[in-house]
Amino acid sequence: MIGSARYWREIPQRYRYEAAKCAKCGRVAFPPRLVCAGCRGREFTPVKLAQTGVVETFTVIHVAPTGFGDETPYAVGIVKLDDGVRVTAQITDCETGKLAIGDRVKLEFRRLQQDGESGIICYGYKFVPAIG
Amino acid sequence: MEVGIVGYGAYVPRHRIKVEEIAKVWGADAPSYKKGLMLREKSVPTPDQDTITMSVEAARHAVRRAGIDPALIGAIYVGSESHPYAVKPSGTVVAEALGATPEIHCADMEFACKAGSEGMFVALSLVKAGQMPYALGIGADTSQGAPGDALEYSASAGAAAYIFGREKIVAVCEDTYAYMTDTPDFWRREYQFYPRHAGRYTGEPAYFKHVLSCARGLMAKSKTTPADFRWAVFHQPNGKFPMRAAQELGFSKEKVEQGWLSPTLGNTYSGSSPMGLSAILDVAKPGDRILMVSYGSGAGSDGFIWRVTDHITAVQGLAPHTRAQLEDRPIYIDYGTYAKYRGKIRKLAE
Ligand SMILES: [Zn+2]
Repeated sequence: MIGSARYWREIPQRYRYEAAKCAKCGRVAFPPRLVCAGCRGREFTPVKLAQTGVVETFTVIHVAPTGFGDETPYAVGIVKLDDGVRVTAQITDCETGKLAIGDRVKLEFRRLQQDGESGIICYGYKFVPAIG
Repeated sequence: MEVGIVGYGAYVPRHRIKVEEIAKVWGADAPSYKKGLMLREKSVPTPDQDTITMSVEAARHAVRRAGIDPALIGAIYVGSESHPYAVKPSGTVVAEALGATPEIHCADMEFACKAGSEGMFVALSLVKAGQMPYALGIGADTSQGAPGDALEYSASAGAAAYIFGREKIVAVCEDTYAYMTDTPDFWRREYQFYPRHAGRYTGEPAYFKHVLSCARGLMAKSKTTPADFRWAVFHQPNGKFPMRAAQELGFSKEKVEQGWLSPTLGNTYSGSSPMGLSAILDVAKPGDRILMVSYGSGAGSDGFIWRVTDHITAVQGLAPHTRAQLEDRPIYIDYGTYAKYRGKIRKLAE
């Protein structure tokens, strides 16, 4: 379970896909970082991630960690967004048996987990098949 | 100064359950439900979808069509009878996801199925009063009927969002009207999981009285007749009621069919007539006039007259059409999966 303080801190990334683009080499960091992994630069401009992309690889989870047991089987994948950034997230709204590398997907706002029946509900992004 | 819709959007979950699948569990006669209620299937939210997630997606579509900086939105009103929290607003999550915080006014609306049009009415009025350049009204629900109850065949999920403004209007609001009385047709007390309703009573003195009176009052106020409208959309608790309301008011089937989503969508409660309006705006032509009447138990109806402008054609293609979402690769589930998704199965605590 994500703690409520950490969840709150990560809202700009989880809700709005806010990333940081290196002013020197142009590399996009998501989540944003203090030092560029490409050129060690320290100057960034805020950018918003592209919201569509292509499945590069994925795995299907059959034995889930605590809190995700009701969702099995579910897919987790790495998606290369149209701006070149790679994002790891659950891929949902699809039959896991029919999911394939190269499928076009888009980011959608979903519940990620909830702290039991009385705790906070954590929202964020998952990938779903792109329309059409 | 004219005020109206500058951006609109809808969201339809991808999962569906057919009437036959529900009927077989309860030993009910599917053909008579399908014929009596004019329902074939309904949308089902997955466990990771709720009023907030669907509101965010519908609102993102509306922002794309409006082409505005979300920071300029001065108010967000989410109307629903299924807000995820009993205490903690839905609107602030939506505002945060859109990038509209912190200079914004949020309130969650509740009025059975009328909460969505209520949010639209208040948002529209604030822009009209000159309080803010843009305001957003949303209707969204993931409603539940008790297992085996007639409502279980219709209660579904979906959302629609409307941004109101004064520039680049796609549909001008020409007039509004509201009609309410205290009518105990449908209710849910605090801490109760499922709503209760007064059975057959819900038709005549509740739905039809308010919808027909609101439509007639609005047309009298604006000196219009059904002939002045290209389209009409009414609240859709099932497939049958809105069609009968249209017939009694003198609107042909051809004027209501485009916004008549309930046969394959079900009753999206606060999302119902707002989603129907979005399906109409997807295909409307400049100059078309639309009559919209919502209904919420308890009871009341909000009525709006919209006149579509030349700008509509520039925005229709900027976000997914409502009917396209309804028809895009639906995933059909059985009753067991449905019961699991909707929390109808009692489990051991984790
Ligand atoms: Zn760099």
